[in-house]
Amino acid sequence: MKIAKAAGAAALAVALLTSASLSSLAQAADWKPRKPVEFVIMAGPGGGADKMARLMQTIVEKHDLSSRPLIPVNKPGGSGAEALVYLKQKTGDDHVIMVTLNSFYTTPLRQAALDVDISTYTPVARMAEDTFLLWVHNDSGITTVDEFVTAAKQQGKEWKMAGTGRAQEDELLTRFLNKTYSLDINYVPFKGGGAVAKQLAGKHVNSTVNNPSEALGFYEAGTVRALASFTPERLPLFPDTPTFKELGVDHSYFMQRSVVGAPGMSPEAAAFYQGVFRKVYESPEWQDYMKKKSLRGDFLTGDALMEYWINGRALHQQMLKDIGDL
Amino acid sequence: MMEILSHLIDGFAIAVQPMNLGLIIFGCALGLFIGAMPGLGSVNGVAILLPMTFLVPPASAIIFLAAIYYGAMYGGAISSIMLGIPGASTAVATTFDGRPLAMQGLADRALVAAATASFVGGTISVILFTMFAPPLADVALAFGAPEEFALMMLAFGTFIGLGGDDIPKTFFSIFIGLVLSAVGLDIVSGEPRLIFGGIPGFMHGVNFLVLAIGIYGIGEMLWTIESSRGKLNVSQATVSVSRILSCLKDLKSTIKSMVMGSFLGYFVGILPAAGATPGSLMSYGVAKTLSKDPDSFGKGNVEGVVAPEAANNAASTGSMLPMLTLGIPGSPTTAILLGGMVIWGLEPGPRLFVDNQDFVWALIASLYAANLFAVLINIAFIPMFIWVLRLPFTMLVPIIFILCVVGGYAPTQDMHDVWLMFGFGVVGYLMRKLDYPMAPAVLAIVLGPLAETSMRQSLLMSHGTFSIFFERPVAGPIMVVAIVLFLLPLIKMIKDRIKKPAEGTDA
Repeated sequence: MKIAKAAGAAALAVALLTSASLSSLAQAADWKPRKPVEFVIMAGPGGGADKMARLMQTIVEKHDLSSRPLIPVNKPGGSGAEALVYLKQKTGDDHVIMVTLNSFYTTPLRQAALDVDISTYTPVARMAEDTFLLWVHNDSGITTVDEFVTAAKQQGKEWKMAGTGRAQEDELLTRFLNKTYSLDINYVPFKGGGAVAKQLAGKHVNSTVNNPSEALGFYEAGTVRALASFTPERLPLFPDTPTFKELGVDHSYFMQRSVVGAPGMSPEAAAFYQGVFRKVYESPEWQDYMKKKSLRGDFLTGDALMEYWINGRALHQQMLKDIGDL
Repeated sequence: MMEILSHLIDGFAIAVQPMNLGLIIFGCALGLFIGAMPGLGSVNGVAILLPMTFLVPPASAIIFLAAIYYGAMYGGAISSIMLGIPGASTAVATTFDGRPLAMQGLADRALVAAATASFVGGTISVILFTMFAPPLADVALAFGAPEEFALMMLAFGTFIGLGGDDIPKTFFSIFIGLVLSAVGLDIVSGEPRLIFGGIPGFMHGVNFLVLAIGIYGIGEMLWTIESSRGKLNVSQATVSVSRILSCLKDLKSTIKSMVMGSFLGYFVGILPAAGATPGSLMSYGVAKTLSKDPDSFGKGNVEGVVAPEAANNAASTGSMLPMLTLGIPGSPTTAILLGGMVIWGLEPGPRLFVDNQDFVWALIASLYAANLFAVLINIAFIPMFIWVLRLPFTMLVPIIFILCVVGGYAPTQDMHDVWLMFGFGVVGYLMRKLDYPMAPAVLAIVLGPLAETSMRQSLLMSHGTFSIFFERPVAGPIMVVAIVLFLLPLIKMIKDRIKKPAEGTDA
């Protein structure tokens, strides 16, 4: 392993040296990538983040937005820890960007040993925010949040909620429901939103807090029903589904779909990627996708995006503290 | 029934359009190559080519990607047989007997058997798919975490006798695989574990291919160099049309294994999360258990090639079923295909068969065509593969070595995995030298994470009571069968113990 480490360190040093010398050459105003851009995905193949990253890549190719291709690389390890550390190792590299989600906040908070400070990363673009709804199976006969609370109270610990991963979005929402309605829901983590949706459709669990994109297929087939959304206003795709705010519980929660660059990326390169992803955001394909999947949110970049991240981190720190995870 | 037929005919009308037919043939050939390169499995192939598909209409795009997926399933067997390195996890079981056959100069036999079995498996499964897609979707939904765990136990059970007679060594091998499979992320606590103080390369776990290429590729190569002192030459293999025809004739006796593998593979394939790898491993195990001559397995029995190859092709069709009908991928490759469908503006899920009939039936029809072309292309290339095998071993070794390094690097694009692979190579060499069975370790690293996750999810659901595995109508019976399979070798061992002293007194 020693040899591996030494070799890795040497390779890294060489990479840093070359990228440093190259970036000094590239001080020209219109910076362009000179080699394929690594497009790191903070999740495994087939998940929500992966699908979105591949859609972005497709749009970049289709509209010929980048002179060099984006090459997707999945780094799902350790709830995104692997991807975050990888980007940190690539400090100063102008050819590495990453698609990220809310584990961008929670993973560095929960794994302090990683020594990752997200405020050092380069903000490129917030492409959308994903929304959350509370779902039950149609056969359960439950149609309102009140009925849900009554049924869940009655069953106590036997009421099962499926979600993606530990101490991530779905569990934070489950804990919130437990606290607000004094329930004792049993949270069971699965890999990926698709698997979660299947658990509910197959009646292996009682409820989920899936993103619309994950539950949409079963919703359209009439298998599952949305009870309420964790959003400030009703979602256009679910006009008859009330928000929790309407029901007197003002709680909104979103999952960011953002693109981040390696720490210490040169301003020219950052400006280039920001321009590329602004065009992706404005493309008809992306707008159509956002509408179909019930995504929301404006395009954010630069300082505004950094501020959004700092706020997001503070929010998640509080949420993790509330559930006793920090 | 008539309705299905008319849909299918409509589908064929789309599939045989010149462009689509061209894409099928090109996709099959490309997939064959992608599958044959160790490390460059169908997942990578489909992912790399996905952005190119916006050039053509959605139906043509999925036909192209599905043809690659299919071709790769055929191709996976090629490197398993010729080099002894599984090209993808789905082709692991094919190495067990495919490699010994090649060493005996019967590579053409193994290759023909693999291609034919793939064709039979693929065709049976497409027919099943055509007839029973919607009802089988309900079967897939009925499988929750406890059922998945029971299925994994069944897979372990069918394999328990795999290591041969030395049970302690088999257990040692299984445990090595299980420990390695535990490296990475703990899904229930969300914490990284066994990452040696935070080495980032361990965070994504130990990739199955790193272990398989290490012990089968590097380890086996080291052992062969030592045992043959470089003189070994696998060149006895010759090839001619008459030889290929006689190979095909010989396959008649294996038809039972082929059909069994096809059905088994298909049903395991339709269960989300399982995919083709457990299907092919189980099929191998069952073929061995049912065989009249189980001891010949692992030493070059054609049935040991036929059973897993039929199963992995059937499973790859099977895993399209949950993708199309439920919107849930049954394997990593179908996960990428699913992403592609979303990009083309199709919504996989229960409504797809109603809203996008043209698309669905064109895809199904193209699977029939893809099968036919894949088997033809595959058999046409066999002479070329054999020619490669005729190279002197001293030239083959560096080629295999390079393929191993590329294969170790490709899946994660991390040098860490290449170093790890070399480490496993040395371990594999030592295990081989000390006569430890290696298949159980590979099996454990493939099935271990699936088994662990589903067990812990089930226990979370039941608040820690194990009865959840026995009380449910589907999980219960599977679990009982699995336990019986586990106990079989033990019973056999006790029987032998009783017999042996008796024989001793006779003498």
